Amino acid sequence: MEITEEIIHKVAELSKLRLTDKEKDKLLESFHGFLNYVQTMNDLDTKDVEPMTHVLPLKNVFREDRVCQETDRESVLKNAPEKKDRYFAVPKTVE
Amino acid sequence: MKLYETVIGLEVHVELATKSKIFCSCSTEFGGEPNSHCCPICIGLPGTLPVLNKKVVEYAIAAGLALNCSITQKCKFDRKNYFYPDLPKAYQVSQLYLPLCRNGYIEIETEAGKKRIGIHEIHIEEDAGKLIHDAFEDGSLIDYNRCGIPLIEIVSEPDMRSPQEVIAYLEKLKMILQYLGVSDCKMQEGSLRADINLSVRELGSNQLGVRTEMKNMNSFKAIARAIEGESKRQIELLEANKAVIQETRRWDDKLNTSISMRSKEDAKDYRYFPDPDLPPMEISQEWIDQIKGRQPELRDEKVERYQRDYGIPAYDASIITGIKKLAELFEETVEICGKAKEVSNWIIVELMRLLREEEMEAEDICFAPVNLAKLIQLIEEGKINRTVAKEVFEHIFKENVNPEEYVEQHDLSLVSDDGLLRSVIEKIILENPKSLEDYRNGKDKVIGYLVGQTMKEMKGKADPSMVKDIIYDLLNP
Repeated sequence: MEITEEIIHKVAELSKLRLTDKEKDKLLESFHGFLNYVQTMNDLDTKDVEPMTHVLPLKNVFREDRVCQETDRESVLKNAPEKKDRYFAVPKTVE
Repeated sequence: MKLYETVIGLEVHVELATKSKIFCSCSTEFGGEPNSHCCPICIGLPGTLPVLNKKVVEYAIAAGLALNCSITQKCKFDRKNYFYPDLPKAYQVSQLYLPLCRNGYIEIETEAGKKRIGIHEIHIEEDAGKLIHDAFEDGSLIDYNRCGIPLIEIVSEPDMRSPQEVIAYLEKLKMILQYLGVSDCKMQEGSLRADINLSVRELGSNQLGVRTEMKNMNSFKAIARAIEGESKRQIELLEANKAVIQETRRWDDKLNTSISMRSKEDAKDYRYFPDPDLPPMEISQEWIDQIKGRQPELRDEKVERYQRDYGIPAYDASIITGIKKLAELFEETVEICGKAKEVSNWIIVELMRLLREEEMEAEDICFAPVNLAKLIQLIEEGKINRTVAKEVFEHIFKENVNPEEYVEQHDLSLVSDDGLLRSVIEKIILENPKSLEDYRNGKDKVIGYLVGQTMKEMKGKADPSMVKDIIYDLLNP
């Protein structure tokens, strides 16, 4: 896949990132490098290899369905950049 | 105009009835104070780690089995990335690649007989917070209590063709999930929400048209109206040689039309990837069998048991079992008073009438079964007649009154004092000398008139058959 400036632009937009031209150039380069690496893997025969979904040899980590450990509202709202009454406040967001 | 066919598939989000959230131990209680059921995990603070609630997996498997799905035994979670303030982590944990349940179906009743609706998949995900837009001018407010409540999303195949089929499908789904106990499915509280994927095509074509997705439906009636409205809009576009655009639309029930929200994102725009914080699941056959073994009695089994053990007709049994709440009420009331057919009659006739009149859902019934049982007892013992009983039942339904106390306080007991009734009837006969004459001339109809006059005088609180006996007695000395 050819990485173009439009693709960089689209990914930045989806990630809500504002990039300078210099940063865009740098990213273009790293995207190429990364995709080349993926291409190398695609060239390998992985027919009998199970896709790895997690790096640690863990599975079935569960907790029981019990309620505890709620945080008081003051602490919950403490780090909010903006709050109003008992709520987090954000710029008007209507879909 | 050409003939068109509407093709509908549904994505139904159901909040699971766990006590705690999917990845943390905050309560899932509905209607708490804003931001009171929150912790660093569900408000997405850096450095926190999610731990999966085991009950969520069990409920989702139970739903999958009841909807005839196969269970994906090697299963994992993915992150769906998008920016919206109701989602504090800026990604939703969901399952794209390996949904927990696949390839199921349910059967619905249609005018043309039974129809099978395919279930494409059921996956687990987390709910988002709630945005409040109208509270103040320049911003929106967020309550994260709902954030992290476990959901299953049930994705149907595009197998439905009319609003009637969609409602039948949703009703069946709701009933199954309620019987399983995996969700209360209250649409008004948002614990069951349906998104409608709809396209139209020329009748006879086997190619699918371009579809739109509609959100924001909070009742079955609104869903039916939205389907009618959106089909019409799409057909009008095609008739005018215009294209339907693939997009998400919001149904506005007041304006009776759908409004474009945004062009439909590609799945790739969400940049899904496996969630590194959640280890994969390996679901053993043993675990699945255990859950299968614990599945509660579903409707078909109940219908059979009600006929066999309670001796009520198939018709009654199928109506009562159609809604879990009614089945519970029936079983609990019969447990107390033993009169199955009588309980069934009260539920099917009076209770269903009041629910319709008050536009209430059966889930909102709040009277105690013991009060219906007592009412039936009062009739049985001849303390009140049926007309009075109906009036008392309305008060049980609305205010959960104790019928014994209510009858006492409002002086509604039947007068069974023979002497008192006799004196009232004697007076009525004296006041109606013509009736006596008519009776002597062989006009039996006059009895009915005299019973009516007596009941009126007694304000309904007499036993009509007793009144009749006394009238006969007095007219035939």
